[in-house]
Amino acid sequence: MAGTTLLQATGLRPAPLSPVLHLSGIGRTFLSGDTEVPALTDIDLTVTRGEYVSVVGPSGSGKSTLLHILGLLDRPTTGSYLFEGNEVADLDEASRTAIRGRRIGFVFQSFHLLSHRTVLENVTMAMLYTEVKRDVRVERARAALDAVGLTHRIEFPASRLSGGERQRVAIARAIVSGPSLVLADEPTGNLDSVTSESILGIFDSLRRSGQTIVMITHDASIAAHADRRVSLKDGRLQLEAAR
Amino acid sequence: MKPTSMQWRDLVSESVAGLASRPLRTLLTVLGTVLGIAALVSTVGIAQTAGNRIIGTFDALQATSVVVTNESSWSGDAAVAFPSDSEDRLIRLNGVEAVGTLGSVNVGSDLVSAVKLDDPLGRYEFQISVLAASPGLLDAVKGELRMGRWFDVGHEERADDVVILGPGAASQLNIFRVDQQPVVFIGDKPFVVMGIIRDVDRQPQLLDAVIMPEATARKHYGYAGATTVQIDVSLGAGDLIAEQAPVALNPNDPTVYRVQKPPSVDSLRNRVEGEINSLFIILGGVSLLVGAIGIANVTLVSVLERVGEIGLRRAFGARRRHIAGQFLLESTTMGIIGGIIGATIGILVVVGLSAIRQWTPVLAPWIPFGAPLLGAVTGLLAGVFPSLRAASLEPVEALRSGT
Repeated sequence: MAGTTLLQATGLRPAPLSPVLHLSGIGRTFLSGDTEVPALTDIDLTVTRGEYVSVVGPSGSGKSTLLHILGLLDRPTTGSYLFEGNEVADLDEASRTAIRGRRIGFVFQSFHLLSHRTVLENVTMAMLYTEVKRDVRVERARAALDAVGLTHRIEFPASRLSGGERQRVAIARAIVSGPSLVLADEPTGNLDSVTSESILGIFDSLRRSGQTIVMITHDASIAAHADRRVSLKDGRLQLEAAR
Repeated sequence: MKPTSMQWRDLVSESVAGLASRPLRTLLTVLGTVLGIAALVSTVGIAQTAGNRIIGTFDALQATSVVVTNESSWSGDAAVAFPSDSEDRLIRLNGVEAVGTLGSVNVGSDLVSAVKLDDPLGRYEFQISVLAASPGLLDAVKGELRMGRWFDVGHEERADDVVILGPGAASQLNIFRVDQQPVVFIGDKPFVVMGIIRDVDRQPQLLDAVIMPEATARKHYGYAGATTVQIDVSLGAGDLIAEQAPVALNPNDPTVYRVQKPPSVDSLRNRVEGEINSLFIILGGVSLLVGAIGIANVTLVSVLERVGEIGLRRAFGARRRHIAGQFLLESTTMGIIGGIIGATIGILVVVGLSAIRQWTPVLAPWIPFGAPLLGAVTGLLAGVFPSLRAASLEPVEALRSGT
């Protein structure tokens, strides 16, 4: 709980703003042979602007499926998903791709950096498909790298960075487009505890700057950094542990 | 929300970066295309060079000979004789180097002999063909005399009783010198031998014949006129002279003569190139196909290796077409690189071979530009399947694969 003291000290609570996302009755089933296997059942979840929500659950609980649906990487089988007030559950692929590229930033457990490219290139790549001019891209990427404290590594190839540095690059890449939602999937899963703390510190400061974050983790102590904890078990949301 | 898009410049730089991140593999992949294009370029280049070279050697004889004959056509029309001033009419044409007329003389049953003996077995008498020729014929057939001289306009005008012997006729008649003015008999009529031919490049029937001036033939045997006009033209004038000669000889009806013109330079070159090409183009095509399969294979491997990257790009807003475009451009770029390197190697081979053989390298200008284009098409086709494969990946699946 040590990492949360800073947040408590600031005394900031998110004002009840318009929801960034609103799930109601979301279900997702996968076909395994002829039998339907439910991965998520009847999920209701609302995340308001500026909120930092963690989703905790053991492996196999449906966390990843939920993240994929939140990130518009996958479609729910049933239910309604309002993203910034618009129904996205039944959008066509091109529109979903457009929202994903412009409004959502992703941070993955395994970083997903291109090891042959430089740190700067890895970050500018997030703006490759969203009609941002080249010089603007570099400008924004430098600012984002500055925000995660990696200014001195800008021209390094990603393969020469430590794990913690890689994840910082990935965070810079997730926020560089100014997304309305940052989705983090076990962002500290591949890091040691010291490095994890520094990464969580970055998320904390993002939260302070008003960034909406949904973080998925199996580790309750990491989830405790968030404003609000949601537990997932066997594809169903358990009690929401508000702090 | 407005669909995401990708600028051309970004597409190009992403594709180039994808290739540049694995330079060794890219070069090895390109090797197949390099070999294919190099084989094609050097084949076409060597064929063109050799074609040009063969023209050079055949020029002297084939490409500079025009022959006009008055043989009656198959329909049975009577032959129209050449005018007696044929030589003068033709030598005036621009492009004619030498002209001579030739015809066979009907000597009846007369035999040719060197000594007149009363020999009932006729062992000293030979059946040798007798031809009549104009003064210019020796030059027109590119002939050379072993000794003596060819008759001139004076002999023609005086209708002197002189003959020239072909080398075959001379050895039959046992005449090897002309300095003592030997005489041969045709039937009973004596003729002074004034020269013996060493060789001719055209009209080889001269080699076994007794040749006399046309006026002499007319005087003794009622020679009606030449049946063949041999023209030596300058290089490249063959087509023109073949057209003009019959008109100059018979302006009223030029079509009565048959004209043998040299194979046109272009058609000869095309034939030579065609023969060399067909074999090696198949060879080059096969290696190009192998190169294409190589590119397809490596692009596919690259797609499978970079599944994570594909998922990542989809998360950044890349549409399926952007993914497909990137991999398609990567394979096309490999094809272009292969085309450029291959064309370079092919041209070096042609130039090197020409240098060794002291030939003039000849290469059509479209080849150095066409080869990279061919490489690009190869790469493009090779990339179609892997690109579609990359584009069809679901983002969730792609991200799950890691890296």
